[in-house]
Amino acid sequence: MTRPPGTSRAAIIGVGELTPVRRTEGATTMGLLARAARLALDDAGLEPGDVDGLFMGPQVGETPQHVPATLAEYLGLAPRAANVVDLGGATGPGMIWRAAATIDAGMAETVLCLVGNHRNPEPVRSPNRNPIREFDVPHGASGANASYAFLKSAHMAAHGTADADYAQIAAISRAHAQDNPAAIFHGTPATLQDVLDSPYIAEPLHLLEIVMPVAGATAVVVVSPERAAALAADGRLPHPPVHLLGAGEKVTHRAMSQAPSLTSGPLRPAIAQAYAQAETGPGGLDVLSLYDCYTVVTALTLEDAGLCPPGGFARWFGERDVSHRGEVTYNPHGGQLGCGQADLAGGMSHAIEAVHQLRGTARGRQHHRADGRPSTALVTGNGATLSEAVALVLRGEGVTA
Amino acid sequence: MSARSPRAGTPRDEVYRSEAPQHSREGRYSMSKFADLTVPAPTPTGETQHFWDALEDGRFELPYCTRCETWFFYPRAMCPTCWREEWRWRPASGRGTVAGWSRVHRPGHPAWAAAAPYLLAVVVLDEGPRMLAHVLEGPAVPAVGSAVRVRPTAVGGHVIAAVAVEEAS
Repeated sequence: MTRPPGTSRAAIIGVGELTPVRRTEGATTMGLLARAARLALDDAGLEPGDVDGLFMGPQVGETPQHVPATLAEYLGLAPRAANVVDLGGATGPGMIWRAAATIDAGMAETVLCLVGNHRNPEPVRSPNRNPIREFDVPHGASGANASYAFLKSAHMAAHGTADADYAQIAAISRAHAQDNPAAIFHGTPATLQDVLDSPYIAEPLHLLEIVMPVAGATAVVVVSPERAAALAADGRLPHPPVHLLGAGEKVTHRAMSQAPSLTSGPLRPAIAQAYAQAETGPGGLDVLSLYDCYTVVTALTLEDAGLCPPGGFARWFGERDVSHRGEVTYNPHGGQLGCGQADLAGGMSHAIEAVHQLRGTARGRQHHRADGRPSTALVTGNGATLSEAVALVLRGEGVTA
Repeated sequence: MSARSPRAGTPRDEVYRSEAPQHSREGRYSMSKFADLTVPAPTPTGETQHFWDALEDGRFELPYCTRCETWFFYPRAMCPTCWREEWRWRPASGRGTVAGWSRVHRPGHPAWAAAAPYLLAVVVLDEGPRMLAHVLEGPAVPAVGSAVRVRPTAVGGHVIAAVAVEEAS
C-alpha cells in the first residue's frame, strides 16, 4: 500500500455480525452471509447498489469453484472486483487489507467483506488429497486439537509454564463473555478450576481451553478514508469510521508438523509489519482483539506482539485488569473462547469487536482511554494450525465517556 | 524417476528390524490395538509412492537433495530449498527428537476412537526435516526433547512411520 506510514489506509464504515448459534437446520452459507451483509450495509447507511467490490471466504461443502460469481448472483450484486480469500481464521482480517489495496488501486470504491458458516446436522468432511492428508492424518492426527496440543506442550517445556497459566486465559474469556449477551457462554462463566477440571481432549489441552464451534456470519464495509470523510461530512454515516493504519500477513506452512517453530508463529512478522505501517508498537495499544481459538494461541500472540517477554503471559495477565474497565483491554467481548468460533468468521469477529470499541458502539462493555484520545486496536487472525497470520492496527476517531 | 535410486537397489537398514516384541513380519511392527482399526490410509501420489513402498519393507527413506545437500520431508517434486530436481531417495537414520507431543483422548476422526487415548508427536529428525508421528506405547513416555526412533508399524492394512521413545541409557 502506498499511503505514508501512520496514516489511514482505509476506513471501516459498517459492520454486521449474526448472533452465534450452536446449530442450524437447513441453513446455507450464502443465506447467512446475505443477512450479515444487510446488517453491515444498514450499519454503514448504504444501499446494495453502492457495493462494487466483494470479498468472501470459501464456501465449504457448497461451492467449490466460481464462488465470487455464485455469491454475487445470490446477493444481486455486480461487483467490479471480487475474489475468495482463503486464510482460515485469518480470512476476515486478510480481506480488510485486500479491500484497502483494491480501493487504492482504483478497482472498487465500496468493498463488502463476507465470511461465515452454517452448522447443519450433516457435517462436511474435508475432501483433501494433499500432503497433510497423506502424511499426518494416517497417524491419527485429524483435526486441529492435536496440533494445538503440540504447541502447548512445546510452549510449556520452553518456558516452564504451568497448566493454570493457560487455564486463566479461558477463565478471563468466560468472564468477559458475561458482558456480551451475544456470546455463546453468556450466562455460563467458568472459573480457573473449572477449566483445569475439564477433561483432556488432546492432552495437555483441556476441553475449556478449546473454542466451541458455532454457526454465524460476519460482514464489514470498507471505503477509502477520503470517501468516509465525504460521507461523514454529508451526514450519511450512522457511526464514526474506524481507520486501518497498518496490516501484515504471513503464511509459513499448512501442517503443524511442517511449522518452522512450535514456540513462535507467523503472527510475529505479520504484527511487526502492521506496527511499522501504523507507526506504533506494543506500548501504543488500547484494545487487544486477539485470535484465541486455544488458550496457547493467546499466550503466543502476546509474546509475538511484544506485549510480554517469552513465557511472560501469565504475569502480564496477573498485573492488570484486562476487562473493558482496564487501561488495556483484552477481548472484552469474550473472544472466541467466550463467544464461540463461527469457523472461518472467527478472525472477522475480532475485527468487528475492535470496530465497536473504537467507535463507541460496544454496548455494556465499552472501553475508554482515560485521556479521551482516539484508541488504537491490534486485531489478529490465525488460520489452520498457526499457519496463516494476519494482523491489523485500527484506530478510531475518539470516543467520549 | 530412474535416477532416484530405484527401490530394488536401496540397502535395507538393519536398525528397524527384529528389536521389539511386537515384531510381526520382517521389518514391521504391528500394534495389537491397531490390528482391527479401519482408519484413513495414506494417499500416495507419483511423487511419494516410493516412501510408502520402502516403509512396507521396513525401510525409512527420505528425499536427499544432492545439490544443496539437505534432506527434506515430505517427498515432493523438487527440493524446497533450491527448487531443483536433483534429489534421490536415501536411507535415513530414523532417529529424531520430540518437539511437541499430545495424548489424544478425543480423536478428530471417529475411526481412531477405538485406539484412544494415544500419543502423537512432532518429531525433528536428526537429518533436519520434521514429521508428525504416532508414538508407540512403551515403557518411556515422550516429553519435549525425548529421543525417538522410527518403527514402521502396520495399522489396519497399511504401514506408517510411527516412532518409539528411546529408553534413557
